[in-house]
Amino acid sequence: MSSVARTGLARTARSEVPKPPSLRGLFRVLASLAVLVLLWAGLSALLADPLRAPGPQQVLPALWQGIVSGAILPDLAATLRRVGLSFVLAMAAGTAAGIVLGLMPRLDRWLDPWLTVFNTIPALVTIVLCYLWIGLNESAAIAAVALNKVPLVTLMLREGVRVLDADLAAMAQVYRMGWLARLRHIVLPQLVPHLVSAARAGLALIWKIVLVVEFLGRSDGIGFRLHLDFQVFDITGVLANALAFVAVMLALEALLIAPLAARAARWRTQ
Amino acid sequence: MIALDLTAKSFGATQVLGPMRLRVEPGEVLGISGPSGAGKSTLLRILAGIDRRFEGGLEAPGRRAMVFQSPTLMPWRRVIDNVTIPTGATTAEAAEMLARVGLAGLERRWPGQLSLGQARRVGIARAFVGRPELLILDEPFASLDAERIEDLLALTAALIAETRPAVVLASHAEHELATLATRRARLDGRPARLIEDQRERVRAGS
Repeated sequence: MSSVARTGLARTARSEVPKPPSLRGLFRVLASLAVLVLLWAGLSALLADPLRAPGPQQVLPALWQGIVSGAILPDLAATLRRVGLSFVLAMAAGTAAGIVLGLMPRLDRWLDPWLTVFNTIPALVTIVLCYLWIGLNESAAIAAVALNKVPLVTLMLREGVRVLDADLAAMAQVYRMGWLARLRHIVLPQLVPHLVSAARAGLALIWKIVLVVEFLGRSDGIGFRLHLDFQVFDITGVLANALAFVAVMLALEALLIAPLAARAARWRTQ
Repeated sequence: MIALDLTAKSFGATQVLGPMRLRVEPGEVLGISGPSGAGKSTLLRILAGIDRRFEGGLEAPGRRAMVFQSPTLMPWRRVIDNVTIPTGATTAEAAEMLARVGLAGLERRWPGQLSLGQARRVGIARAFVGRPELLILDEPFASLDAERIEDLLALTAALIAETRPAVVLASHAEHELATLATRRARLDGRPARLIEDQRERVRAGS
């Protein structure tokens, strides 16, 4: 690769980095969310049907009640545990498979159609099959969620391995770097952007699937609460439970994934 | 000392390098010229041990270093770590070598914050810090302006004289070859052969 292309690479990489959040940006996000809540309140007031179209004035107290009474917390914890376990499983399996396929183009040409098939199978089918094959238990629930995500992670990591820099690999070879040093200093830093994208996309996918898994075959978790609310036609309850979980997942993204991603990208931003 | 006894090097059905023998003693600098696409980079990759798929034998020392056409730094590691990590040099040794190539004070920078000339100097520091027995230079001064090349040529010549590795230099620039090389050869033809220049030039101290 010529030096011109190398500089070009560095420049594109830098422009892709999101700017660090500013106070003004935070204010804009809060204002935007406040407008959304106001719209919701306005619509609900217009419809004047608190049973079928509850407004924030009904949902927020219900949510608050669930939190202070502690009623929602064990279910929130159960769902989070399932999200965490299946996330770790899917990332590990998908990353390993992606690296193998990326390194072995011949194997990849054979297995690529499988990946397309598995990626196309609807989440619901995987869930039902896991419950039927493994049983209505926790292992089946976690396996179902993880399996849904593995093909996506595999695809994203395979792409990352395919574009690994050949010049840097040659450099590592000339200087006889050990395989552990190569993995740590040459390969993984190049895979970080792909790992972060896979983690983000995966988390968003997983927490939606976890609720379906709980709805269909678990007796705790937010999905189970939604099932109960559904049976008694409690729309306020559905919205309160959904809101609680959305808030937790957004916090997870902002407090855990975003700082980790920013740290891994600091060489680009300076 | 490095000795290559190459029968053939092919990509698929196309033979790119023909039979050739090459020996370089410690302290010698073999300068290789030749048209673009003749196979200079392929030959250098074989000598550096990057490309092992060829017919023939290669005897090369263990401590090897290479300066690449592009600086080839790890952009996610700081300048000093780019010198220590591949070579196993200590931080003190790396800092000393960085100072030697004129980069004192830039140790904590990221490679993306360097100019091309500075990045090339990091590549040279990385190459010399481990006192290599074999040094491969593949167009090490490409796309620099004349003034910078002059500085780097003097620096490289001084470091070669000090550490006395066996050096193979590929370049298009007559001036670079004339300044650094103690022996000259030309790579040309299809498949390419190495034609040693008989008018051997003896440099002081070699």
